[in-house]
Amino acid sequence: MADSNWLIEFPAMDRSDLLAIRKALDGAYKEFSRSYGDIIEGLFDPLLYFLVWFEKLLVNSPWWLIIAIICAIVYFATRSWKLSVGVLAAFVLIGYFGMWENTMRTMSIIFVCTLLSIAIGIPIGILMSRSDRVQSTITPMLDIMQTMPAFVYLIPVVMLLGIGKVPGVIAVVIYAIPPVIRLTNLGIRLVDEEVLEAARAYGANSTQRLFGVQLPLALPTIMAGINQTIMMALAMVVIASMIGVKGLGQPVLKSITNQYFTLGLFNGLAIVALAIVFDRVSQAYGKRTQKHLESRQS
Amino acid sequence: MTEVLIKVEGLYKVFGKTPEKIMPMVKAGESKDDILANTGHTVGLKDINLQVEKGQIFVVMGLSGSGKSTLIRHLNRLIDPTEGKILVDGEDVMKLDQKSLEEFRRHRMSMVFQRFGLMPHRTVIENVAYGLTVQGVDKKERLAKAQEWLETVGLAGYENQYPSQLSGGQQQRVGLARALCTDADILLMDEAFSALDPLIRSEMQDQLIELQEKLHKTIVFITHDLDEALRLGDRIAILKDGELVQQGAPEDILLHPATDYVEAFVKDVNRARALTVETVMNPPAHRITSSNIEKALQQMRTFKGDYGYYVNDDGYQGIITQKKLEAAAKAGSNTAIDEKLYEDVATISPDTVLEEVIPDSMESRYALPVVDDKGDLTGELPRSSVAEVLSGEQEKGG
Repeated sequence: MADSNWLIEFPAMDRSDLLAIRKALDGAYKEFSRSYGDIIEGLFDPLLYFLVWFEKLLVNSPWWLIIAIICAIVYFATRSWKLSVGVLAAFVLIGYFGMWENTMRTMSIIFVCTLLSIAIGIPIGILMSRSDRVQSTITPMLDIMQTMPAFVYLIPVVMLLGIGKVPGVIAVVIYAIPPVIRLTNLGIRLVDEEVLEAARAYGANSTQRLFGVQLPLALPTIMAGINQTIMMALAMVVIASMIGVKGLGQPVLKSITNQYFTLGLFNGLAIVALAIVFDRVSQAYGKRTQKHLESRQS
Repeated sequence: MTEVLIKVEGLYKVFGKTPEKIMPMVKAGESKDDILANTGHTVGLKDINLQVEKGQIFVVMGLSGSGKSTLIRHLNRLIDPTEGKILVDGEDVMKLDQKSLEEFRRHRMSMVFQRFGLMPHRTVIENVAYGLTVQGVDKKERLAKAQEWLETVGLAGYENQYPSQLSGGQQQRVGLARALCTDADILLMDEAFSALDPLIRSEMQDQLIELQEKLHKTIVFITHDLDEALRLGDRIAILKDGELVQQGAPEDILLHPATDYVEAFVKDVNRARALTVETVMNPPAHRITSSNIEKALQQMRTFKGDYGYYVNDDGYQGIITQKKLEAAAKAGSNTAIDEKLYEDVATISPDTVLEEVIPDSMESRYALPVVDDKGDLTGELPRSSVAEVLSGEQEKGG
């Protein structure tokens, strides 16, 4: 192949070599998933049980109870009547247009994904904030997770675990977790040096510094990260429906393949409504925890 | 009360990647600039030796970049030295492991910061109680104690405010209350009043002096303001480029600056506010001890001037002029000195600040009598010495 054409055409590697590489890697991964797939799937069983249980809980409970609970949570988190009434209206409309069940499914998966992202993301963010070395290793990984097209990492997940809820959750978490990690790291690093020094000077040990000073002061930033994570998880729901995650994503997928514009629009709007509710509530809650930032003197 | 509480010996601090390798250069006396240019290491502190006595306010004075903040952070090991010893109460702070160091910081030393270092997410009272929270004191007890200290610094009623709702002066009072709340016997104050405006600053200085009279803490105070140093310090150390250039009592520094650097500093100081009467007064030469008018006149003729201070076993009595004595002698009705002969002149106490006695000394044609608490005459303050000291023309080495 290496003739004089190399100036015009890129001297690419031999097709057969490329094929061999792909075959070798695919083969190895298939081998791996065949021999360990069941074990790994077993590890995720508790998660699956929880997912199923939580989804059933949301779907099978009477709709008015769910709405009442959601509105109560919204009110206690934000102390705003306006927002609570808005949320009530949004859910009533969703139910009236026949999307109640799918919305509950989506909510359950978003809820679990967000919890998982927080539970995994905040500790990683804390580790990152403590060492520049960890930060410089994890940052490129986060970049990859955020820029790699979501379909690409759906493939190995599906190869390993098949289609269903758990691979869906994993894909969503991979896609949605970077903001929590990044902003936890950033928030802790931005804590005023002198305040931290004061804590050290009074003999606070590293746990006391973390929970008494760093995390509380980083909380607004962390909350912004959680908010972003929820939004990204919602955006991922449609893509995750391709690997069998039930919810609002499936009708959207169906309407793409069958050109049902209205069906797609309704379900899309339901996702938007959910997003707005989650966003406003988490932001209002984040603000309310920062009482000390109010009524600041000039 | 001359027990040494903090002792720093041969302390060096070099900032950089491999400070140990640079130490020989530092010890060989190469300049800070050369070392920075050749190795990229910054010499923070160089051969610091000092002793702080118990109950003293020890002021470390220096301009920004002189290493004063670095020095104070060595005392509670917020910064570890490159070389040297730090002894507190005979205990080598450098030998403490992490756990004992935390204990040490909790109970022995507390710190006040330039920009206050308050926790913005905690209320004022929680901030004051922070030291106790770290120690694990139970909530009721620590809040009660914090309340007490908050009242002491004059901030009762602000308990549930957040620091951002207070003014700078109030915030630093919270900082001070927090430091006092742990009952640590050593107080480190890092430019504690530098961020406050002048009026509030002098108010805070007064408050600190007042508190110190009651509490007798050992205070290490960092400042870049010589006026402040002279006002608060029992002893002052002057730091320049990481080296101690002079250590001594305030009046030593003011009246006998060791180097040109210190002298340049001292030049702009408001001496009237920094010096006390005691440091500039003359020994009491015009002393009249005899109660007999004739003998008093004889005594008066032995020294210069036409007046004297009459002193008896009960201490200082008053000023008598030669004129009046002679008139009384002529009249001859009475041989003993009595109150009618005294001139109307105010007495001053030896620890009064010079500024306060300027009006009296300018008005009076006599040198002012300096009388201590016991009523004894300890010196006299002539107008001329006041003028001399204030104009800065006092002879050196005197």
